Amino acid sequence: MKGFWHDAVEFFPILMSGVALTIVVTIGSLLLSTVLGLIWAMMRVSGIKALSMISASLINVIRGIPIIVLLFYLYFVMPDLGVTLSALQAAILGLGIAYSAYQAENFRAGIEAIDKGQIEAAQSIGMGWWLTMRRVVLPQAVRIVLPPYGNVMIMMLKDSSQASTITVAELALQGKLIASSTFKNTNVFTMVALMYLTMSIPLILLVRHFEKRAGKK
Amino acid sequence: MIELSDVHKSFGANEVLKGITASVQKGEVVCVIGPSGSGKSTILRCINGLESYERGEISIEGLKVDRDAPSIVKVRTQVSMVFQRFNLFPHRTVLENVIEGPLYVKKEPRAQALERGRALLAQVGLAEKADAHPPQLSGGQQQRVAIARALAMQPKAILFDEPTSALDPELVGDVLGVMRKLADDGMTMVVVTHEMGFARDVADRVLFIDGGVIVEQGPAKALLNQPQHPRTQDFLRRVLHPL
Repeated sequence: MKGFWHDAVEFFPILMSGVALTIVVTIGSLLLSTVLGLIWAMMRVSGIKALSMISASLINVIRGIPIIVLLFYLYFVMPDLGVTLSALQAAILGLGIAYSAYQAENFRAGIEAIDKGQIEAAQSIGMGWWLTMRRVVLPQAVRIVLPPYGNVMIMMLKDSSQASTITVAELALQGKLIASSTFKNTNVFTMVALMYLTMSIPLILLVRHFEKRAGKK
Repeated sequence: MIELSDVHKSFGANEVLKGITASVQKGEVVCVIGPSGSGKSTILRCINGLESYERGEISIEGLKVDRDAPSIVKVRTQVSMVFQRFNLFPHRTVLENVIEGPLYVKKEPRAQALERGRALLAQVGLAEKADAHPPQLSGGQQQRVAIARALAMQPKAILFDEPTSALDPELVGDVLGVMRKLADDGMTMVVVTHEMGFARDVADRVLFIDGGVIVEQGPAKALLNQPQHPRTQDFLRRVLHPL
């Protein structure tokens, strides 16, 4: 145990630099997946057949490709096509695209859960499609969508570790590097696990808060 | 003011409107009665462009009602709708519900919309509920807010789709009272209803619809007291003397 604390103090600064990158990757890809997911979901519910079909196929393609393959594609294949991305850019882009499919399905479910009478009431006072979405449907859908959105946040935090496969020096990769140079596997990976857990717990509490609030009304 | 000529409407293979021709004059109160499934709600929904129709034409003061044309917004701001299940926006307060259309569709200044919103709530007897949320109100109160919301658009006519059918019996009177006052003030109203007392006392004219056609129409008292068509007679007997 004394050894653990000693190592912990020594490795903490390096692991914290990994934590910083983990947070950057998570927040970056969370924002991207939210924007893309909203766009896919809007296309799905637009009532325009072509848009809805494009969105549905896109979602299925994205869902059918493992995140790690998507990352490899962005990082190793795109340069052949003349687009060079930094490891961090590729990680955020890859995770953002991968998760946009889940976000989209979540958002769509929330939008479609809104009572049709609400949409008719909005139309009957002259609201167009976009105004109906903005003023009536989306504000009510948010409440439904938030708990699963929180779960996606937790999954993304953990899946950001996949960025290590394309050399992003986030928490998992920093841990691996220290472990392979010091052979202190147990202490290092215990620390890494504890640090992920520490970041997850606030999110888990947030989801619980969302669920309580959604259950109220 | 509202003109329907030979309007046909089908849901799949089921033809619900089989050639409806009718007109509503300015200031007139027309009640539409008939058995459920007769197509009476569908007529209202077509007038407001919530449903499309396949044949015939509906126009509001000469403006054609076409669900897919940009002009539909103009139709809807001139003809408001009150729904059976109120359809208030639960995430906004009562007052916000009322000013939503004036503020965001008609782009009125906020102060003006608020002032009229409060006046309308007072008119329907709910001034003190302005800051409550709809789910906190009784059905009758919610429906009166819905009427205020419809009035806030300063419409030329209001369509009522069975406005009291979802209410507890003791709350029906409040809503009908507000509607009667509107009628007295000269509002053009088309009311789909099962309230025969309201139809008799308030309506200028009654249309009896069955099987997607207008079976009989005429002045309210004459039609309700001395129906000519056997189907009208049969329907009224069932409604007025269910036992």
